[in-house]
Amino acid sequence: MLPRPTTHSKALGPGVAGPELAVATSAVLDRPPQPTAQRPLSGAQAFSVDPSLVESADGPRQHTQYPYVTGTSVLAVKYAGGVMLACDTLGAYGSTKRYKSLERIIRVNARTAVAAGGEISDFQYITRLLEELATDDYRTDDGIELGPREVFSYLTRVMYNRRGKMDPLWNSLVVGGVEADGTVFLGTVGMIGTHYTDSHVATGFGAHLARPMFRERQSDDMSEADAEALLRDALRVCYYRDKQSINKFQVAKATGEGVAIGKPFALETKWDYKAFAAPTKWAIGAW
Amino acid sequence: MSGIGTGYDLSATTYSPDGKVFQTDYAQKAVDNSSTALGIKCKDGIVLAVEKLVVSKLLVERSSRRIHNVDRHAGICVAGLLPDGRMVVNRAAEEASNYKSFYGEPIPGRVLCERLASYMHLFNLYWSMRPYGTAGLLATYDEDGPALYLVEPSGVAHKYHGTAVGKARQAVKNELEKMKLGQLTCREAVVEAAKILHKVHEEDGKPFEIEMSWICDDSGRVHQRVPAEVLAEAEAAAKAAMEESDMED
Repeated sequence: MLPRPTTHSKALGPGVAGPELAVATSAVLDRPPQPTAQRPLSGAQAFSVDPSLVESADGPRQHTQYPYVTGTSVLAVKYAGGVMLACDTLGAYGSTKRYKSLERIIRVNARTAVAAGGEISDFQYITRLLEELATDDYRTDDGIELGPREVFSYLTRVMYNRRGKMDPLWNSLVVGGVEADGTVFLGTVGMIGTHYTDSHVATGFGAHLARPMFRERQSDDMSEADAEALLRDALRVCYYRDKQSINKFQVAKATGEGVAIGKPFALETKWDYKAFAAPTKWAIGAW
Repeated sequence: MSGIGTGYDLSATTYSPDGKVFQTDYAQKAVDNSSTALGIKCKDGIVLAVEKLVVSKLLVERSSRRIHNVDRHAGICVAGLLPDGRMVVNRAAEEASNYKSFYGEPIPGRVLCERLASYMHLFNLYWSMRPYGTAGLLATYDEDGPALYLVEPSGVAHKYHGTAVGKARQAVKNELEKMKLGQLTCREAVVEAAKILHKVHEEDGKPFEIEMSWICDDSGRVHQRVPAEVLAEAEAAAKAAMEESDMED
């Protein structure tokens, strides 16, 4: 870029953008300066200021407060003797299917599993926190292990604390497991610390697509096979309708025997349903 | 100015004319007077064992621990002043946790030992501080396999095949030297350790209990207390062996 013409008049001082020079140089003639809102050619004060050019009063701009690589819904149900969690293994970069084998379910200890949707790097950070928590718990060596309820409570505090700093961890977490006394626990924490426990939970899109099925078919004393069948059906429904999911899933079980995270698998799908061909045919008001 | 230190023992920053730092020596004495602790490196792992005198019948069993976890793959058995020992263990845990968060992998035994030794050594450098009256038997299991270290109050640390600290250290070391440590498994070493501790404790006659931990394949390469039933078995075997040798006498 050519240098801006500057005045050498003693009144204005050297190096100051000011009125057009009395004798235009060749550079000026080649590319006559154009006035902008920020730099009027008159040398007067700028009358309007582009906020992006001004350094903010409270420090530099934060660019980390949006999710980049994300995981979609997590589904989980209680059944007789445990909790089953399920999700796909996609890390989506916007709508690009960027990472296809991300495991989004972790084992915290023998009795607790955590699954996450949302920003994957934030989940990796949370994973590290939980690892530290579990190691500390191991170190104490008092014969007591953190239960899912305690891990859940810890996570609610972490999430709420971060939203309080206006720097939330962009995740929806599901915590499931079995307490020392055999009670089955299932809860979810949102990115701003909202949390609840229930017999079945689903985050993200799953809250709309899977929970109606859970309400119909889930019961706390259902068998493991029924629970798995229900979750598979729910995963399939989510996969049909959620653009940011792939047909590669994981199911984890947390029971009194421990946490078992299953190998990834694909579901049978069928795309030639008539309703799929004309999805809005019976939906009045849709187009 | 008379007595053993004759004025040169008031701080860890003053040498005696023959080149000793008496405060450091005294700290070592605190360790030497403690009840006996031993560590054995076996072919598949490490066993730590310590005798604990039962100071009162009212004392709850297995209270006041002397073997602590530092991380999943490391543990310390402390000899000497217990409160000092706890400080050292806490520091070790901090180092382990820091290392993990910085480098993303568990702290290697060598590094942990080095850092602990430096920490202990710090307290030998300032007149305002007292060297720790404690020594730590450090058992680790990392990529290079199991390792046993002893960190002393002076900041000296060595790696061992087997060693002992405390009152009966010499007797225990004699026993360890007789054994073929390289061929021993941890399960066998647990029994051997119990036997040794019972044997060296014989004259004393005071009641004691044994605390034992291991880190080996049986424990999933994780430092943990030897399961109660394994320990009970070992103690029973040790007592039987004692009686047998009594009969011979």
